[in-house]
Amino acid sequence: MAPESPLTGFRTLLYKETLRFWKVSFQTVAAPVLNALLFLLIFSHVLDRHVTVYGEVAYTSFLVPGLVMMSVLQNAFANSSSSLIQSKITGNIIFVLLPPLSYREFYAAYVIASTLRGLMVGAGVLAVSALFVEVPMANPLWVLAFAVMGGIILGSFGVIAGIWADKFDQLAAFQNFLIMPLTMLSGVFYSIHSLPQFWQDVSHFNPFFFMIDGFRYGFFGQSDTSPWLSLGVVSLCFVVLAALTLAMLARGYKLRS
Amino acid sequence: MTVPAIRIHGVAKRYGALQALGGVDLEIGQGEFFGLLGPNGAGKTTLISALSGLVRPDSGTLAIMGHDVVADYRNARRNLGVVPQELVFDPFFSVRELLRIQSGYFGIRSNDDWIDEILASLDLTHKANANMRALSGGMKRRVLVAQALVHRPPVIVLDEPTAGVDVELRQGLWQFIRKLNRDGHTIVLTTHYLEEAETLCGRIAMLKSGKVVALDTTDNLLRRFATHSLRARLAHPERGVVLGGRAAEGGWVEFAFDSYAEVESLLARLREAGAGLTEMQLGEPDLERVFVEVMNRA
Repeated sequence: MAPESPLTGFRTLLYKETLRFWKVSFQTVAAPVLNALLFLLIFSHVLDRHVTVYGEVAYTSFLVPGLVMMSVLQNAFANSSSSLIQSKITGNIIFVLLPPLSYREFYAAYVIASTLRGLMVGAGVLAVSALFVEVPMANPLWVLAFAVMGGIILGSFGVIAGIWADKFDQLAAFQNFLIMPLTMLSGVFYSIHSLPQFWQDVSHFNPFFFMIDGFRYGFFGQSDTSPWLSLGVVSLCFVVLAALTLAMLARGYKLRS
Repeated sequence: MTVPAIRIHGVAKRYGALQALGGVDLEIGQGEFFGLLGPNGAGKTTLISALSGLVRPDSGTLAIMGHDVVADYRNARRNLGVVPQELVFDPFFSVRELLRIQSGYFGIRSNDDWIDEILASLDLTHKANANMRALSGGMKRRVLVAQALVHRPPVIVLDEPTAGVDVELRQGLWQFIRKLNRDGHTIVLTTHYLEEAETLCGRIAMLKSGKVVALDTTDNLLRRFATHSLRARLAHPERGVVLGGRAAEGGWVEFAFDSYAEVESLLARLREAGAGLTEMQLGEPDLERVFVEVMNRA
C-alpha cells in the first residue's frame, strides 16, 4: 500500500465538499447573494422612510445583518443536505463510506464545508449591501462568533435532513416547513419588540431568533435580548445538534444498514 | 502461519422477515482468485457489503488481512478495494479529480504516478480529464475499477463487474484483473457469467438463501457434481428414453454419464435397440451444470 498521512482523509472530504459547491458557485453562491439583495431592495424601498429600529437605526441598516444571517443559515443547511441526498440517491455515497474515515471526520468535513459556503454567501451579501447601505460593525467578534455558530448548527441540521430524507420531496418538506418558517419568523425582517407580547414570547422558543439577534448585536451594539443569553442558547443548540448528528452517524443510521 | 485474506465467521443478517445471511463461515487465502456465486437474492452483495462495512451483521465476525471490519475498521478498509455492482459516479468531477479524491480518502496525498499507471492499464489515459458524465457506461465501469485500486489494496472484491459490459471490455478487464492476481492480489468475484467464474476462479463458494451450500476448488466441484453428456439425434427417440436418456426437442435425447469409457457401451445399446442414431454431440462438464445441480440439491 502507498504511504499515508493522518487526517488526509478528513482534509480530502472537506476539500471535495468545498470543491463541489465551488464548481457550481453561480448557483450556490452568486444566486443566494442576488436573492438577498432583492429582499433588501424591495423592503428598503417600501419601509425605510417609515420604520426605524432601536430608536435611530434606519430600517435598511437593520435589515442587512438579518439578511446576511439568513443567507448564512439557509446556505449552510442547503450545502450538507443537498450534497448528502444527491450522493444517497445517485449511490456515490459509497465512495465516502468505503474508505477508512471515522464518523467524526465525516461530520466535521460536511459541517465545515457547509459553514464555509454559508460564510461565503453571507460575506457576499454583506459586501454588496455595503455598497448601498451604511452598515456599522460595533463588535466584529460577536458577528463572527454567531455567523460561525449559525453555520455549524445549520450544517449539522443539513446532515440530519440529508441522511433522514430518502427523496428530494422529503428534503424540500424539511426545508419549507421547518427551516424556512423558523428563519422567517426569527426577526430577520423586524425587531420582535414590534410584535404583540404573545408573539414576542413565542419568538423566544425559536433558536433562530437568538442566532440573528446575537449576530445583529455585533453590528449595532444593541439587540432585542442579551447577546450572552443568545450565545448560551446558540451554544446549547450546537451541543444538542452535534450530539444528535454524531449519534446518528455513529449508528450508521440510513447509511450503514 | 499466513493470515487469511478474508475470514468470515458465523455471519448472520436479517432484514425484517428476510434472512439475508444465515451464519456464513468462509476463509479465503491470500493470493486466491475466489468466486462467490449464487442466484439473485442469495446474499452475495449483503456479504460483500458486510465485508466493506456498508452492512452491519447481526452476529458473527469478519476480518480482512487479519483486521476486524468493526473493531479495526480503518486497517480493514485500507486492505480492501471494492468494485460495486451499481454503475455509480460523482457527476461533479473529472476522472483524475475523482481518483485523487479517492486516494485522499485513504490517506494518500501524492498518488499521481500510480493513478497514471492504473489509467494506462485500464485504457483511460485519454479520458483522465473528462467529466464522469461524458463517459460511456463501459468507461464508467473502468473508472469504478480504478477507484477500487487507488490505495493498492491487497484484497479486491468485484461485485458483478462485467454486468452489461461488451465483450472487448470484458476481456480487457479480465486480463487486468488476472495480472493483479498474478502480482499477489486476492480477488473475490461475484458474477452471473458462470463460464467466467469457471475460467478464472481457483475456488468457488455457492450461496443460496444466505447460506454456503457448496465450497470447493473449481476442479473438485466440476468432478463432484457435473457429468459428461452425450446428445444423440435418434430416428426413434422413445427407444433412447427407454435406455435412460432424457428427451429434448427435435428428436434429440440426452444421456448423462461419469466417464467417456461408458460411451462405447451406450452406443452399442442404442444400436441393439434400433434407435437409429443420425447425429451426436459430446458435452464437457461445466460450472453451469454444477450450479444447477447444487441449487437443486440445496
